[in-house]
Amino acid sequence: MTVPPSLDVRGLAYAYPDGHQALFGVDLTIGRGERVALLGPNGAGKTTLVLHLNGILAAGAGSVTVAGLPVGRKHMAEIRRKVGIVFQDPDDQLFMPTVREDVAFGPAAAGLRGAELDAVVERALARVGMAAYADRPPHHLSFGQRRRVAVATVLATEPEILVLDEPSSNLDPASRRELADVLRSLDVTVLMVTHDLPYALELCPRSLVLSEGVIAADGPTREILADDALMNRHRLELPFGFVPGSVA
Amino acid sequence: MGAGHAHHLYRRGDSPVHGLPPHTKLAAVLGFVLVVVTTPREAVWAFACYAALLAAVAALARVPAGFLLSRLAIEIPFVAFAVLMPFVVPGEQTTVLGVSLSVPGLWGAWNILAKGTLGVAASVLLAATTELRSLVLGLQRLGLPSPLVQIASFMIRYGDVITDEMRRMSVARRSRGFEASGVRHWGVLAKSAGALFIRSYERGERVHLAMISRGYTGTMPVLDAATTTRTTWARALALPLAALPIRLLALLG
Repeated sequence: MTVPPSLDVRGLAYAYPDGHQALFGVDLTIGRGERVALLGPNGAGKTTLVLHLNGILAAGAGSVTVAGLPVGRKHMAEIRRKVGIVFQDPDDQLFMPTVREDVAFGPAAAGLRGAELDAVVERALARVGMAAYADRPPHHLSFGQRRRVAVATVLATEPEILVLDEPSSNLDPASRRELADVLRSLDVTVLMVTHDLPYALELCPRSLVLSEGVIAADGPTREILADDALMNRHRLELPFGFVPGSVA
Repeated sequence: MGAGHAHHLYRRGDSPVHGLPPHTKLAAVLGFVLVVVTTPREAVWAFACYAALLAAVAALARVPAGFLLSRLAIEIPFVAFAVLMPFVVPGEQTTVLGVSLSVPGLWGAWNILAKGTLGVAASVLLAATTELRSLVLGLQRLGLPSPLVQIASFMIRYGDVITDEMRRMSVARRSRGFEASGVRHWGVLAKSAGALFIRSYERGERVHLAMISRGYTGTMPVLDAATTTRTTWARALALPLAALPIRLLALLG
């Protein structure tokens, strides 16, 4: 028996209620254990795509399948457990009074209680190196620590795929590296939405370019970043002085 | 940058009072306040006994008198009215230090002052020995409707975030040369308040999105499953139970 891909999106199209169409038939497949970057200029539809992955937005046409399970009303609880979205602002993600309660929220909503729940919370915090901060209120953590706790909150439900929205935004270089170490250490499928191209190259062997509501390119990150014509066409630019080929 | 919600009303400690489950303490304070407010105001000695009971609890909780008294100051705006009563309430007059005062007014003032102070003191003791977060959990276990519990939890979580946002907006205003110095500037302040409201509202929407992404279906999971024994309840309710016979005696007397 073959393992179904973590994520399979077929012909996904979506228009907002105001008529603005954001997605025009997106096709993509992410195998289990892959780390993939989703690149694209502002307004390309990246966030819209992400909100389809766990059924917050319902597809106008096409389908989304997570580990063989179609995203739809029927399996919503299961889908939301399998797709762990880490939103950009950790203050939005961390809504409970303490780190522990926040990490416990997802598993508790799935019905876990008592010692089992405590063990899950401990393990999730340990995986991001934040076990010592369990009883802190999120407000008293540094931004980088909050971001890592936000990752723990979704790891706690043992997701099939981790979806990160701009994981490196607002992080200082040390926090950025710490988060990269955490992400590399996880044995989970990762889809990383980012403008931070060096970060994508560092962490994701494969990249997708979403532009004007369709997947415009899909290939090894290094090749995509080195393709000047492609990059220009989709308003992607490398930071000054950064040469993808020169990074080991 | 302390650990936990070190609210200025809370005083860290590990006394027997700190250790009681929050919902039992809430019930005890409510019970005590009910006993106090239903005591006839003429039984002055009874109020002295109640005060002694609270002093005993404070000693047990190792809350210093100074800490307690300074926090009683919150009561002042409310009792200001009581001070006026002896001058304005009509009725039998008496003369104290050459000033003519109304007797029913004096009793009314005493009533408000004594009962108010005892109630506030009991609440201050509760707040000093119970963390804000635990109070909300206590209310939840006492059966407060879930939406109210959720609103209170979010207030605790986002109070600081919104205060920070407000501070940043104020810094941004002043950085561009704005100083609020009179009525003419109220318009700017009102617009800032409106902007803050919209920002908070939008944050609310984003938080809601994050919540449903993690399986929120309308109720918060209750995470503390600690059971409360009869002994714990008995310990917590010792305060209202000790106050009750005093009230009964006062009613008879």
